[in-house]
Amino acid sequence: MQRRLHAVQPGLPDPALDAQRIFRRVLEAMARPGRIVTVDGVDTVAPLYPASVGVALTLLDHETPLYLDDAARTAAAKQHLRFHCGCPLVDDPDRAMFAILADAGALLPLERFSLGSDEYPDHGATVIVQVTGLVGGEGLRLRGPGIDGEARLGIHGVPDNLPLALTANHARFPRGVDLLFCCGAELAALPRSTTVEE
Amino acid sequence: MEQSPRQRWLAVLARSSTDDLKAAFVALAPEPDYSLLRPPETGLVMVRGRAGGDGARFNLGEMTVSRCAIRLPDGTVGHGYVAGRDQQKAELVAVFDALLQDPAGGPGLLETLIQPLARRLAQRREAEQARTDATRVDFFTLVRGD
Repeated sequence: MQRRLHAVQPGLPDPALDAQRIFRRVLEAMARPGRIVTVDGVDTVAPLYPASVGVALTLLDHETPLYLDDAARTAAAKQHLRFHCGCPLVDDPDRAMFAILADAGALLPLERFSLGSDEYPDHGATVIVQVTGLVGGEGLRLRGPGIDGEARLGIHGVPDNLPLALTANHARFPRGVDLLFCCGAELAALPRSTTVEE
Repeated sequence: MEQSPRQRWLAVLARSSTDDLKAAFVALAPEPDYSLLRPPETGLVMVRGRAGGDGARFNLGEMTVSRCAIRLPDGTVGHGYVAGRDQQKAELVAVFDALLQDPAGGPGLLETLIQPLARRLAQRREAEQARTDATRVDFFTLVRGD
């Protein structure tokens, strides 16, 4: 029986250089929480935004189990990620190193993702969550490593009790999850080291 | 284990020379329209073998492999995996793999492309075998009296 990959779209046009470029953007977002960066040169793979796809093609490989929420788990998305990343898809969020959530409502509780251990805090999951808007200069008040004083990041389309969940996440440091918020081609990060207030 | 037709043509394509594939590509006139799904890339593959009475797997060694995936306008995906660093060869194999999957044009291409290539490979193997046989030395053991 031949499975025809009719719907697969091309991945990164220049895998090596594009992956490096996108990695630098993710690094910048993580190192300076609150900063919104752009992931360009990547197409949408419904329902995944260009930023989500770009991050996935850059960071995922056969050694990074991935959890997709129900909204993200379309045939096109699964096929694209399997073909280009080769990442194993898992049904249990606790066993995933990365998660892509197309529905920000599925973000909480954060505890169902892998939080890592004291010996291996890096096993805490990186959760890529798609949101409806990212705005600098308003919204959540961020403090901590990589932030000069205070930064502000408005995230639209997330549950109301997200700040509470992020505070609990931060309290678990060095364990916990790291969050990458994607909207269209834009990306902002909230690593577990960041203190969040409303 | 039975070899499927697709496995057979991919094996023949992978083992053929790049020059033969290039000539065949030009002969396709007009050139087929295709897009790169996965641009040609070269990497390492761990070759595994089976050993011992129970056939336990072991790592034989790493092998350089180049691969490519292309897509025809109708959506058919072709894959090319070849030994070595020849990325153009991987791309050519992928194009032919896609064309051979076409129920309309495939069988014809099988006749005009794969069969001759397969014959050429068989001839090369036979010539090699003959050359090797010529070097055969028969040893015989002297049985000692005691």
